[in-house]
Amino acid sequence: MAQPANRPVFAPWTDPNEKPLIQFKNVTKKFGEFVAIDDMTLDIYRREFFALLGPSGCGKTTLMRMLAGFEAPSEGKILLDGVDIAPIPPNKRATNMMFQSYALFPHLSVWDNIAFGLHRSDMPKDQISARVEEMLRLVKLEKFAKRKPHQISGGQRQRVALARSLAKAPKLLLLDEPLGALDKKLRQDTQFELMDIQEKTGTTFVIVTHDQEEAMTVASRVAVMDHGKMIQVDTPDRIYETPNSVYVADFIGDVNLIEGKASAPKDGKVSIAWAEGQPEIVAETGETIAPGTTVHFAIRPEKVAISVDKPKDRANVLEGTVSDIAYLGNISTYKVEVAGGQMIKTQVANDRRIARRDITWDDKVWLSFTDTAGVVLTS
Amino acid sequence: MNRKFSWFNATSLTLGFAFLYLPMLILIIFSFNESKLVTVWAGFSTKWYGELVRDQAFLNAAWTTLKVAVISSSVSTVLGTMAAYVIVRAGRFTGRTLFSGMIYAPLVMPEVITGLAMLLLFITIGLDRGVTTIILAHITFTMCFVSVVVSSRLATFDKSLEEAALDLGCTPWDAFRSVTLPIIAPAVISGWLLAFTLSLDDLVISQFVAGPSATTLPMKIFSSVRLGVNPQINALSTIMIAIVTIGVISASLITKRSIARQRAEEQAAVRN
Repeated sequence: MAQPANRPVFAPWTDPNEKPLIQFKNVTKKFGEFVAIDDMTLDIYRREFFALLGPSGCGKTTLMRMLAGFEAPSEGKILLDGVDIAPIPPNKRATNMMFQSYALFPHLSVWDNIAFGLHRSDMPKDQISARVEEMLRLVKLEKFAKRKPHQISGGQRQRVALARSLAKAPKLLLLDEPLGALDKKLRQDTQFELMDIQEKTGTTFVIVTHDQEEAMTVASRVAVMDHGKMIQVDTPDRIYETPNSVYVADFIGDVNLIEGKASAPKDGKVSIAWAEGQPEIVAETGETIAPGTTVHFAIRPEKVAISVDKPKDRANVLEGTVSDIAYLGNISTYKVEVAGGQMIKTQVANDRRIARRDITWDDKVWLSFTDTAGVVLTS
Repeated sequence: MNRKFSWFNATSLTLGFAFLYLPMLILIIFSFNESKLVTVWAGFSTKWYGELVRDQAFLNAAWTTLKVAVISSSVSTVLGTMAAYVIVRAGRFTGRTLFSGMIYAPLVMPEVITGLAMLLLFITIGLDRGVTTIILAHITFTMCFVSVVVSSRLATFDKSLEEAALDLGCTPWDAFRSVTLPIIAPAVISGWLLAFTLSLDDLVISQFVAGPSATTLPMKIFSSVRLGVNPQINALSTIMIAIVTIGVISASLITKRSIARQRAEEQAAVRN
């Protein structure tokens, strides 16, 4: 993926000279017997929009609360700008947090909520009101400064919470499921707004979410977590296209997983025997796989083509029967049963107004994909 | 939906209210009795109220009662709020169950025992019995009521509000003062009111710990009733009923109005 030379790509994690803003060094957090964070090492860089993604109970909120100062690591160190932050209480940290419940002070007006942190900083009194005005403009709430939190809508509350946490210009902003309480349409709009604000203020954002679409949309890098461990940390496109494990492939988006035995790789290609009497799946891989290893072949539904006639020029062709069709408006999903009862999903964009009628339930169809369309996973 | 006011409902209502309020009604009526005999009606008069105002002993007792109630309820509100905060917020420290159990124990402790224990304590440490000892005893037995009221409010309090305050640069004390306290203020105030009324009408414990120099109103009423009920007592009781009634009605009106206002504002917010 060559980028034009005059357009620098934001990727500080690839630059060995770049100093990370946050460093987790072998951090473990235990609550009694329960291990919430398990020996984690992680670097987050300046101006990053870093997403922590995982199911509930995976430790992502604990990780964030350790950054904010509400929890202390049981073992290991967390460095902010090279300084160990363990002994620093939350009120002395250069981090601010936006809470899932927004935690707006109900007895204070929007204005006073935003000014709350500024009054407790060493900012001179006469500059505070200018800063509050600036924040209100940033989140487009100038008209609502005098209202109390219960007098504004959910989306507006979310923006007040954001303004309040940004007012002190923290080095690091922590967002705990910031859009969880908004409906889908508003959430999508707000995601773009968040990205805008992050770019404008140049603040490093760490966001916790269980919504993979949200993480993919906003983040420069996504960390997929499970049971207190980082499974994969990478850019959204690489997380999607080259997951490093079945867990990540399955967690992010829709995927077809086909289990089989691998042959010895030849010219960077491996053949996977997945069902008796069927042609083996040929796929490219960078890994060295021992012959006979059980592997999973993961392929996204939109990368599988469906046709009535057998295609001639594709590396992999499977025969199957249509068992289900879901019409979703912009796309249609076909569930096709292939040998051994395995179900393969394929997605087709509905680029014409009249639905394709040449494929229907119980039709014999051909599924095909190239040898670079999927990934071979050994774990 | 049948919401007809049936004869059954009417009877239940009448019986219930009669049971609750007939004694008080009779007391109020007889406080306006001309006669010195409490049970014989001899015409309307407010003269007993006038005599009450001129009776120095009653006025002294009233002043003592007010002083004791205000001081003891204020101190017990501070202590009770602190205790509630620890029970709800300090997490699972060793002895938490024991501690919270002991806070609430005076709630069910017979007053006679509390009074006797206080009396023994004051004698042991050589504290002269008087207004001070009554105040101390009242703080002891009203504190748990404040704790119950405040801790039930704190239990539903969103902890992230305090964390947000800390996150924005507050010290823990500043966070409590500028965020927690204003939000739980209604509970603290009703805790104070509860402590105040409990102190106002306490007889048993005061009887144990009061010296000859200090007499509260309930003690005064009780001792004069033993010599026979006189119309002055009726007048005094009527005044107390009036004060309590006004207090309760205004408190409920304030709450109702603030709820209505909040609802209206929330609806306005939705429309925007």
